[in-house]
Amino acid sequence: MAETKAAVKGNKVALEGNEAVAEAMRQINPDVVAAYPITPSTEIVQTFAQYVADGKVETNFVAVESEHSAMSACLAAAVAGGRVMNATSANGLALMWEILYVVSSLRQPVILTVVNRALSGNINIHCDHSDTMGSRDTGWVQLYAEDVQEAYDNLIQGVCIGETMDVRLPVMSCLDGFILSHSYELLQVQEDEDVQEFVGPYKPDNPMLDIDNPQTYGPLDLYDYYFEHKRSQMEAYPPAKQAIIDQGKRFGEAFGREYGLIEEFMTDDADFIVVAMGSTCGALRDVVEAQRDNGVKAGMLKIRAFRPFPAEEISDALSGASAVAVLDRASSFGAHAGPLYHEITSAQVTYSNIIPTNNYIYGLGGREILPEDLSSVFDDLHEVAEAGQPTEPVSFLGLRE
Amino acid sequence: MKKVYAPDAKWHEMERGGIIPQAGNAEEYSVGGWRNEHPVRDDEECIDCLFCWIYCPDIAIAVEDESVKGLPISDKHCKGCGICAEVCPKDCIEMVAGGQFEPEETFEAEED
Repeated sequence: MAETKAAVKGNKVALEGNEAVAEAMRQINPDVVAAYPITPSTEIVQTFAQYVADGKVETNFVAVESEHSAMSACLAAAVAGGRVMNATSANGLALMWEILYVVSSLRQPVILTVVNRALSGNINIHCDHSDTMGSRDTGWVQLYAEDVQEAYDNLIQGVCIGETMDVRLPVMSCLDGFILSHSYELLQVQEDEDVQEFVGPYKPDNPMLDIDNPQTYGPLDLYDYYFEHKRSQMEAYPPAKQAIIDQGKRFGEAFGREYGLIEEFMTDDADFIVVAMGSTCGALRDVVEAQRDNGVKAGMLKIRAFRPFPAEEISDALSGASAVAVLDRASSFGAHAGPLYHEITSAQVTYSNIIPTNNYIYGLGGREILPEDLSSVFDDLHEVAEAGQPTEPVSFLGLRE
Repeated sequence: MKKVYAPDAKWHEMERGGIIPQAGNAEEYSVGGWRNEHPVRDDEECIDCLFCWIYCPDIAIAVEDESVKGLPISDKHCKGCGICAEVCPKDCIEMVAGGQFEPEETFEAEED
């Protein structure tokens, strides 16, 4: 890692994922936080509420009676002209659903930490990606963290990505429930003033509290204008992609840790590439190295930004491989494969780089993913390459069958 | 009130977030066509309690100098919901079948 300001300033500390997120929120010092607790993200809001009570932040904390109300209050505060944050998980995110669409439609850069957890039923509090995969069409930017450091870093960058003037979109900063939210990791926490300088002061866009320039938000919008408004919203996503790249670079310059839309790990000469999101990428790095030690040209592609979806970049990153596996930590019930698989194979078709690709669904409801599971995927890819086509439509890792 | 968007405005001419960069524009939107019944007030019985004005969910009841008497109910903004008749303590508002107000009880429809 390059010698930067970060190497001499800031502290190396051991924090749980939730504590690291609360710490980033304290440093960002948003105008409003409106939240309702739900496992496994409760600790974020609880810790932050203590900061509010202790006067460590200037934030106006709104205690609400549900997640639907939480996101509604966040929307109102954002439209009024404030920097707004929130945190939730799974069923809480599901209850926000209606308002998620309104926040993105009204182009309000609300920042929401989602600690990924399985949706009911049956009731389960552990990690999978069914909650945020379900909200993938709501118009929010989605970043997925591999470790606690990245969860901390993504939240700070998320503020700048969402608030970029030609973007103005809400951002979900996602981290895996319990695996990251409740695990202690050593991470670099930057100085308060450096984080403040990085995010800068909030610049409202047409705020409703600017009474000299009154605005009408969310009017009745029927067949005469709605279509034009939705087309106009679509225009925000290419700049959002660029903002993720720009802020990832800027973050690297400021703190020594650079980020992009995707991360390619040993993919340059790889025959076999496994694609994953979230904490699984950490285990996958070790497995890729072990495969390399055994002479297998293995690689990993980590998807950091799922929305906007970096279709062309992913297609390019996979183009040299002879077989690919996509790991999905969610099911898309009734579809022929998992949600990440759909997007990736669709990107391959769109950009005319079709590589035989298998799909694996794993880790639902917090089921562990073990190195031997991941090794078995690389074993399968030898057969996929030989067959020149997917050998199984969907396989399952770690399932009793 | 000035028009913000031309009826044929293209998608790239829309304001961000689909906002209308002005306030008070609900006045321009006619909902009179939703009406099946319309209210007729007996101004002889009316005590100017202003309940109809307060409870009207739109802006159909006009009031001047704390009085509704003699003022027409808006043809453009009355949806015929009947709340004014329901809350009237004197029962002097009657909902009459048919969406059309009698000409003498009707505001001149404001030109857009």
